[in-house]
Amino acid sequence: MSIIDILMIIVPSTLLWATPLIFTALGGAFSERSGVVNIGLEGLMVIGAFSAIVFNLSAASTLGAATPWVALLVAMIAGGIFAILHAIATISFRADQVVSGVAINLLAIGLCLYLVKLIYGKGQTDMIQKSFGKWNVPVLSDIPVIGDIFFRNTYAPAFLAIAVAILVYVIMYKTPFGLRLRSVGEHPMAADTMGINVTKMRYIAVVISGMLAGVGGAVYAQAISSDFGHATINGQGFMALAALIFGKWHPLGAMGAALFFGLAQSLSFVGKNIPLIADVPNVILLIAPYVLTIIALAGFIGKADAPKALGTPYIKGKR
Amino acid sequence: MSNRLKSILTPLIAVLLGMVVGAIIMLISGYNPIAGFSSLFAGVFGDVYSFGESIRQMTPYVLAGLAVAFAFRTGLFNIGVEGQLIVGWLAAVWVGVAIDAPKIIHLPLAVIAAGLAGALWGFIPGILKAKFRVHEVIVTIMMNYIALHVANAIIRTVLSEKSDKTDKIAESASLASPFLAQLTDYSRLHWGFVISIICVVVMWFILEKTTLGYELRSVGFNQHASQYAGMNVNRNIVLSMVISGAFAGLAGAMEGLGTFQYANIKAGFTGVGFDGIAVALLGGNTAIGVVLAAFLFGALKVGALNMPLQSGVPNELVEIIIALIIFFVAASYVIRLFLDRLSRKED
Repeated sequence: MSIIDILMIIVPSTLLWATPLIFTALGGAFSERSGVVNIGLEGLMVIGAFSAIVFNLSAASTLGAATPWVALLVAMIAGGIFAILHAIATISFRADQVVSGVAINLLAIGLCLYLVKLIYGKGQTDMIQKSFGKWNVPVLSDIPVIGDIFFRNTYAPAFLAIAVAILVYVIMYKTPFGLRLRSVGEHPMAADTMGINVTKMRYIAVVISGMLAGVGGAVYAQAISSDFGHATINGQGFMALAALIFGKWHPLGAMGAALFFGLAQSLSFVGKNIPLIADVPNVILLIAPYVLTIIALAGFIGKADAPKALGTPYIKGKR
Repeated sequence: MSNRLKSILTPLIAVLLGMVVGAIIMLISGYNPIAGFSSLFAGVFGDVYSFGESIRQMTPYVLAGLAVAFAFRTGLFNIGVEGQLIVGWLAAVWVGVAIDAPKIIHLPLAVIAAGLAGALWGFIPGILKAKFRVHEVIVTIMMNYIALHVANAIIRTVLSEKSDKTDKIAESASLASPFLAQLTDYSRLHWGFVISIICVVVMWFILEKTTLGYELRSVGFNQHASQYAGMNVNRNIVLSMVISGAFAGLAGAMEGLGTFQYANIKAGFTGVGFDGIAVALLGGNTAIGVVLAAFLFGALKVGALNMPLQSGVPNELVEIIIALIIFFVAASYVIRLFLDRLSRKED
């Protein structure tokens, strides 16, 4: 098997597994940059996956090939609405942000499984018929070698995710909105003094995080799992959070880390087709992303990079 | 209103609010909330079998709750109870299957193995926090996944021939009790609840009656002040995670040696560790509070199984209620605000 053959297996699969993580990690970037810890990303992905699958199943016959894309929008809205709960609890009610996130995760999975039972009368949904299939990028896929590796038999949402990551970078670092967002997460009192509405900024950030995590969950459900059940989203939200921290809370850094985790995850699935990797016990590949995250946190990443006000509710007038 | 009364009322109001929202959800989805809740209630107290099962379910909750509460009291957030529970479960079953010994040695050995495995799983985030200031929340979450995959791999390759569960543990390592089972109409109630009660006393004793406990709590209140007072903050962080992990590992022993008597491949988490967070929060992170909260959650979980049969309500409703209770406890600032207003009016 030549290197190019191997890359033709690994690259599309890496992009596939990384896409949900990229979206969700970008969502996390909004929330955490504004100073709100969002462990609830996992639950928000669950909401996205659930609403996308339900929408997909019921609209596939009328919308045809456009179904999964419209379902992304539906999941985005659903995720945004659900995130309001986290925003109310942490910003207005001053709840412990980590605990509220844990509650969000439990609530999302409980609620979605309850609704699945209610709608379909069983523990998991049927398989969807219209999923994100493989796709050849026009023109670019005709480039020799590079086209074969990166643009043939790939998944369209992956390119959307990369585009969104660049967009988020521009928003966060090149616009007044981004400056305000980051200032609220670093020093909310100073931001307040400058006339920035801390509460409003944080609400917006948390809702955006829910929207992007919803899209992440929807991509996962419609490209990888194809149905919704209790184990559909099983840790991807936490992985995305790890990618965010790995990437030092920077949108492009988070994307890079998500691509790396995508590679690690995809290896445990396609690895058996690739020489050398096939000999590695599967469990090593399965735990690799988690072990690497711990090592990276302990060794490589300076701790000073987290937004300074992360995890602390802003109480007006309190020094 | 005294502070003490407020700190008792807050969790009660949270539970009540959780139930109310649960009732609203039942109403919206076309079920009768009264029928729903009475089938839940009947599923707990309806007969001795259900009651025995509730106590059995409560046992790992008590230990998982103690684990979270112990870490909380010392200023740490242990989300890794789930992973520590899984390795504890595995270690207990491993000893239970692989060793041949009289019960007086075998059972304690299996229980201790579970505690040690959990302690090891808590030691890693503890030492990383102490040495490198890595946040324990992220590390313990990662450790959960590592535990899940490693345990699955060991069960598949070492403890069985590519099967999805291990052999049954030896009789000499079992916590099961024919006496208790007979007493409760053949429920799976086992001697584990004695261990959990001992642990409740141990936690209370360590925290409230020993110098170590004083130091641990002091570090929880203010690290810098504790450091200045000459306490070894780093050592206390590690120790706290180790003790917390040991409690969680014992929770795994309850499942492995008591309820199931084997270890199986898991597609996802058991949820007991995450519910432990809820148990600890609801119990105000005190030993006795944890017991009460664990009973509530054990009863809810077991009672829920009766809901689809008797009233048609999907049992996932209870998961929603539990999540809402955590939510309301987390946001208890508002409940306290409300109670403050209330008591001000009384004056």
